[in-house]
Amino acid sequence: MAGIVAASPTSIDVEVEPIQLVAPAGSPTPEARYRRDLPPETLCWLYESMVVTRDLDTEFVNLQRQGELALFASCRGQEAAQVGAVACLRKTDWLFPQYRELGALLVRGIAPAHMGAVWRGRWHGGLEFTKKCCAPLAIPIGTHGLHAVGAAMAAQRLGEDSVTVAFMGDGATSEGDAHEALNLAAVFGAPCVFFVQNNQWAISVPVARQQAGPTLAHRAIGYGMPGIRVDGNDVLACYAVMAEAAARARAGGGPTLIEAVTYRMGPHTTSDDPTRYRADDEVEAWRARDPISRYRTYLQSTGVWTERLEERVAGRSARLRSELRDAVINTPDIDVAEMFDTVYHDITPDLARQRDQLAAELAKEA
Amino acid sequence: MTQLIERPFGLGDDAPDPQPPLLTPVPSTANSTMAQAINRALHDAMAADDRVLVFGEDVATLGGVFRVTEGLADTFGETRCFDTPLAESAIIGIAIGMAIRGFVPVPELQFDGFAAPAFDQLVSHLAKYRMRTRGDVDMPVTVRIPSFGGIGAVEHHSESTETYWLHTAGLKVVVPSTPADAYWLLRYAIADRDPVIFLEPKRRYWTREFVDTTTPAEPIGRAAIRRPGDDVTVITYGSLVATALNAAELSADAYGLEVIDLRSLNPLDFETIATSVRKTGRAVVMHEGPRTLGFGAELAARISEELFYDLEAPVLRATGFDTPYPPARLEKLWLPGVDRLLDCVEKAMSQP
Repeated sequence: MAGIVAASPTSIDVEVEPIQLVAPAGSPTPEARYRRDLPPETLCWLYESMVVTRDLDTEFVNLQRQGELALFASCRGQEAAQVGAVACLRKTDWLFPQYRELGALLVRGIAPAHMGAVWRGRWHGGLEFTKKCCAPLAIPIGTHGLHAVGAAMAAQRLGEDSVTVAFMGDGATSEGDAHEALNLAAVFGAPCVFFVQNNQWAISVPVARQQAGPTLAHRAIGYGMPGIRVDGNDVLACYAVMAEAAARARAGGGPTLIEAVTYRMGPHTTSDDPTRYRADDEVEAWRARDPISRYRTYLQSTGVWTERLEERVAGRSARLRSELRDAVINTPDIDVAEMFDTVYHDITPDLARQRDQLAAELAKEA
Repeated sequence: MTQLIERPFGLGDDAPDPQPPLLTPVPSTANSTMAQAINRALHDAMAADDRVLVFGEDVATLGGVFRVTEGLADTFGETRCFDTPLAESAIIGIAIGMAIRGFVPVPELQFDGFAAPAFDQLVSHLAKYRMRTRGDVDMPVTVRIPSFGGIGAVEHHSESTETYWLHTAGLKVVVPSTPADAYWLLRYAIADRDPVIFLEPKRRYWTREFVDTTTPAEPIGRAAIRRPGDDVTVITYGSLVATALNAAELSADAYGLEVIDLRSLNPLDFETIATSVRKTGRAVVMHEGPRTLGFGAELAARISEELFYDLEAPVLRATGFDTPYPPARLEKLWLPGVDRLLDCVEKAMSQP
């Protein structure tokens, strides 16, 4: 039986100019290689998901400011990239997120409260993510790309036509594990897409300090896989390039590196102060490229946007925000016994003794 | 080649509960080296369960630099036994992804010293994945690492790494000392639903023993008393079990040494240690790695905490020194051997 390996490409070109289907002003671009004419319900779903992502993001920040969450990493400004990338996938395609993927997780159907568990400090990694074919959050930067490659290699062996997606940032591409992941994926032709959100900043370090090549997508050339730059603030473009990469992976065409050029409008996390390292006019310039207002203008110009849509979206946002608040504030802490019971499938004798020790300490206090 | 087992893998809410890897005894008995016994265990595990995958550097075409994986790619095909690029972090990282999707990976890190590039994946992810998913995901990954010194190797090929893994919750750590134990402990490790770091004492790869593959040995978590004795309990593992038995034989006229082979460092069979130390009142721990914060430190602390009033002498340690592993021509002076062990035994016996 032959092993599963990639066919070597003869040449790879990467365009520096990002794929863009809708210009920042909301008008369609001349780009003709990708489709804009998605079904109206899909177009509306993309809009709804982006708005709800932003509203929930705001709610997360509020909850942190009110002392209910220890920390939060906002994805404000990156809604189009995340929503577009996941909306075109099947529910059985595995996702490997980093920790700034509120939009991606929301589209996948993960309950905001299950994400909130991380920021509340209830549980590491999130709750029940794997039930939605999504790995838990990965905080060590770039490390989870290898898990995605392994999952994609598993899918090859299962004979699936699934695609596995690793979410990374511009900073993650500098990590050794990101290199190993891209290289292995290419060598084994793994059905895997590396979706790099280049949001320009890794905490305080600009993308220019992460690499010296023309673009992050150009690294694909060295790995032997297609590399694509896309306007990360254009949801239709993100949807289109991810759909293309996913279709290639499903058909046995191997991995793709996508660089979604976007911007982190907020701080790195709620603990960060971006005024110490970046200029206001840069932030303002990106505000003019806002993914949501751009897409709304586009939908209005095509007649898809309606007042009813806006009301429906606002209603869902309000409901999810309220559910999130309620869940964050009112859900009791997880029983401390789980801290011991989930380390191994069967607790070891020594760990059981330590669990008993804590129980005895608690009994003494009671 | 066994037939494929039909099994849906992790499809969202419809996913079945994860199945433990299979442990099916395969009838065979042979006089084997430890390397052959490990090879046999890998073969039998792959035959018993199609989810078992073996991969790493040079494991397929070459059959491993120690020939431990010889023939597996031929027998099971290169989708189940394959060479990876030279990337240790990747070898563990993809094992994690495969385990998430229901496979049973048995990756090899070619030498102890090259576990370091994989440290982040082992410690930050492999060890923690079950807890991070609140028990939803099994991590049945067995990481084989040819380990320890004594073979005259170049730098980075003789390291003792066990305490790194022992200080990481979520990993199990197993060290066989004989061919038969290597066979069975590896079968148990592969059948385990949690990650097992399987440290192979390469100094003993070529020792021979009759390996009974039909009668399961004691599982992971049980120590073995390799030689009974009344005076001093010697607690060790891996290649030094043979050294301790040799010391016991050589000093049999003077002392009765009881030699405990831990086999499994985590879970630890402290019961066997305690029973022995209650009897002898003296304990010496022997391991290769540096003394400070080696496993001997933990065992000495534990024995002191729990058996203080049974002790006739302090718990002593015969170990390597707190230096980097030395060049090959000096390693015999560095490694604890019969003399260093018997010095400790004498000291323990001469306490007032």
